[in-house]
Amino acid sequence: MNILIDLFLTFAKIGLFTFGGGYAMIALIENSCAEKKQWITHDEMMNVTVIAESTPGPIAINCATFVGYKQKGLAGAVAATAGMVLPSFCIIFFISVLLDSFLEIAWIAHAFMGIKIAVGILILDAAIKMIKKMQKKPLPLAIMYCAFITMLLIDIFALRVSSITLMLIAAVISLAIYMMESNAGKAGAAK
Amino acid sequence: MICFDLLIGFLKVGLFAFGGAYGAIPLIRDVVLSYGWIDDEMLAYMIAVSESTPGPIMVNLATYVGSSQAGFGGALIATAAVVLPSFVIILLMMILLKKLLKNPYVQAILQGMKPCIIGIILATGIFMILQHCFSSIKELSVNKTAIIMTAILAMIYFGSRRVLKKGLSPIGLIGISAVAGIIVYGFV
Repeated sequence: MNILIDLFLTFAKIGLFTFGGGYAMIALIENSCAEKKQWITHDEMMNVTVIAESTPGPIAINCATFVGYKQKGLAGAVAATAGMVLPSFCIIFFISVLLDSFLEIAWIAHAFMGIKIAVGILILDAAIKMIKKMQKKPLPLAIMYCAFITMLLIDIFALRVSSITLMLIAAVISLAIYMMESNAGKAGAAK
Repeated sequence: MICFDLLIGFLKVGLFAFGGAYGAIPLIRDVVLSYGWIDDEMLAYMIAVSESTPGPIMVNLATYVGSSQAGFGGALIATAAVVLPSFVIILLMMILLKKLLKNPYVQAILQGMKPCIIGIILATGIFMILQHCFSSIKELSVNKTAIIMTAILAMIYFGSRRVLKKGLSPIGLIGISAVAGIIVYGFV
């Protein structure tokens, strides 16, 4: 089979069968791409995961792009990424057309009023899990708490400050502190 | 014009969404609220739908928002826009910048952004819960039904980890909360 079609279909299958996204997908990608197809090694898979964590965007997309590029260059990357996105695109597009008329049905609207509460709990849980895995050093913790308080105030008072602005400020502060520390280190070494 | 806004809005989301699916939710919330595309309530519904359907959550949300604003073309543009930054970044890293991530300055920037997004996600989760429990946060008018439901659902979700090995899955919690919603808002 043509490798491009194979990439597209393999990732379409992964895209169709992984719910919830993120780490659930890594297991599936590892199973199809490293074990069955032997497109990449387990070591490479580990590396992609690390890179994916340090780059923006869905981890599944990062993996698809990586595997596709390795097999067949730019065309392979496009085929794998498109395959990954296509199933959920079709499903969500279909739902988006129907959702408004669904919500006019009373019991479905009631169900969604309950679901709304669950979503808040899920987001809170995601944050708690990330905090548990975080480095417990003063600087990251301070940035985390400052971002938390600032963002909560922004939300409550509906201020027009973007969360992207907060991230850029955090990046600048962290970079400035790193440069000050490494300068101090050099000055100390010179003496 | 709406297509251009969708493109820019979701490029921004794709470019700054560190920390996986839930990292993108505060950013998407920012974008859709500031353009007035959909409100908090519809966003929460769609997060639940995205969590219960296959595919990465932020891609699903982009498809939905695009479709709701500008039909099929909008869905296509928003989805492509949210994927494009991570696609380009991975390609660049593989072709040119294999050592970029090890650069100490790049590391310093990432070390600042990661805890920041964790704080933002935490604030978003807490704010969403507060929003349901108080009909109006500034006037502190309480919605008793929502508070009781939040407490019970949180107890079920976090408590399940003590009983079951892996605990209740997100889709499981969404299912239970849907049934609870039908019973509480339909019959009580």
